[in-house]
Amino acid sequence: MTARATAPRSREGRGGLRQAVGDGLIVTWRNLKRIPRIPELAIFAVLQSIMFVLLFAFVFGGAIPLPGGGNYREYLMPGIFAQTIVFAAATTAIGMSEDVHKGIIDRFRSLPMARSAVLVGRTLSDVVYNGGILIVLMLSGLVVGWTIRTGIPPLLEGVALLLLFTFAMSWIGVWLGLSVPSVEVAQQAVFIVLFPITFVSNVFVPPQTLPSWLQPIAEWNPTSTLTASLRQLWGNPNPFVSTGFPSQHPVLVTLIWVVVIVAIFAPLGIRRYRLMSR
Amino acid sequence: MKIYRSRKTEVRALDGLDLTVEEGTVLGLLGPNGAGKTTTVRILATLLRADSGRATVAGFDVAHQAQQVRSVIGLSGQYAAVDENLTGRENLWMFGRLYQLSSGEARQRAGELLEQFGLTDAADRVVKTYSGGMRRRLDLAGALIGHPRLLFLDEPTTGLDPQGRLGMWDVIRGLVRDGATLLLTTQYLEEADELADTIAVVDHGKIIARGTADELKSQVGGEQIEVVIHAATDLAGARDILARAGIGKPHIDEHTRRISVPTNSGAQGLIQVVRDLDEVHIQISDIGLRRPTLDDVFLTLTGHDAGLAAGEDEGSATPGSGSGGKAA
Repeated sequence: MTARATAPRSREGRGGLRQAVGDGLIVTWRNLKRIPRIPELAIFAVLQSIMFVLLFAFVFGGAIPLPGGGNYREYLMPGIFAQTIVFAAATTAIGMSEDVHKGIIDRFRSLPMARSAVLVGRTLSDVVYNGGILIVLMLSGLVVGWTIRTGIPPLLEGVALLLLFTFAMSWIGVWLGLSVPSVEVAQQAVFIVLFPITFVSNVFVPPQTLPSWLQPIAEWNPTSTLTASLRQLWGNPNPFVSTGFPSQHPVLVTLIWVVVIVAIFAPLGIRRYRLMSR
Repeated sequence: MKIYRSRKTEVRALDGLDLTVEEGTVLGLLGPNGAGKTTTVRILATLLRADSGRATVAGFDVAHQAQQVRSVIGLSGQYAAVDENLTGRENLWMFGRLYQLSSGEARQRAGELLEQFGLTDAADRVVKTYSGGMRRRLDLAGALIGHPRLLFLDEPTTGLDPQGRLGMWDVIRGLVRDGATLLLTTQYLEEADELADTIAVVDHGKIIARGTADELKSQVGGEQIEVVIHAATDLAGARDILARAGIGKPHIDEHTRRISVPTNSGAQGLIQVVRDLDEVHIQISDIGLRRPTLDDVFLTLTGHDAGLAAGEDEGSATPGSGSGGKAA
């Protein structure tokens, strides 16, 4: 026996769920530590969103009349928040892919830790990270003329919806990040998926301006339902595309989307993770 | 056994490989790139599933009791698996926590290991600023965090500069002194010779020889007389003299003007060769009696140099079935 006197016995004493939560939080901590160590990541993420705000508020905004009137910048900001959140999948996919290819996942997989911790830690830390970015964006939004016309409870509801959506998008990112052969491919693949999702929507333009065959797609698009939810909750201009169900019940449809996305992509991601031992 | 299949070919990374590591000993798995060393370690460390065969670590089956196996092993791989954006201390604390140590235990163990591996000064620096050797030492410290009963070191010195390699050897020797059980893979014969109690030579997923370094060397034969002559024109004459003194066919390297021949007459034979060469006025640059190196072992066993990648003919691997078992 080479096992020495200090060999920890506590290892076996921890329950399954408690260990899963504990290990998940440690991986979350590890992922969050990276943010202040590479501040450029967060800075450019915020700058990218601010660039979209400036482009659309000052360059294209003048050419986009809102049906029923209303301030375009006030209309735009909830869309920018939603877009930022959809792009959270990119952060996750790239982070996941990097972990796989730098070998740290092998280290984790050789430790007696909860199997779920790597994926749970990744999605949780991305929710926190994007939450931080949202705060900065909301403050910048206030500067360019966005405002909340309803009150604090709807504000919090909107933020909660955004964070839930981040969580769902992160699972898409986990699956993508584990499915691609390299970090570079992750970067490419993510944008092919994310650009249509954000642009075929009500984020930048009122969907009435789209060709009629594209309108239902834009209407049911989760980015649109999320954006419409925020506009509705916060009293920002929200021209309905139709009397269709998603336009009438955006919050409900968004919540359904969150459940559907997690139900599809979490098992897919977990399966990918398991398949690493093949 | 581990088989990788692609559309056209099937590569048997491991083919009936069978080995045992005794508690408190160091087993060196020696082989060229692509021989199956890393695959073996990954299966034993529960990172990969074998297609057939069975392996146990400390009595636990690697396929069915993976979590128990993980709690008694430590793995330090070819690429330092540490987080670049954490400090050395944070890395070790995290691994300790995930090894299910309490926060206090993990902190204390991290401190001990940083001290042991000479990383105390760099402990609170981000790993990104570490040299390659420091990263490897930290990676090894990470593998030791839970006092593993079996430690896997997969090519611990690959890619290190000579100084880093010597430093790593010192660290590993220290672990061996403390009674660690170790499975070490390496493509450096010198390293296996230096660190391992027993050596298993792997090629194409099979063990082709095993034994202590001395036993393997004696498989190749005993001592050799080796002469480097001054002028290439004397090669033929010198070869004849060596052929008479030795017990086999002399091996000639025309490029370096080096001739060697196996002998069983030791120093006496060497003196005879010196006399004979002197008599016919053949000038020599160097002469000596040489024990075979593991390089010679490898050349004899596989027919190719240790440095050659075995992976070159992977495509020709044949399908089929068999069984392999590994026990540690």
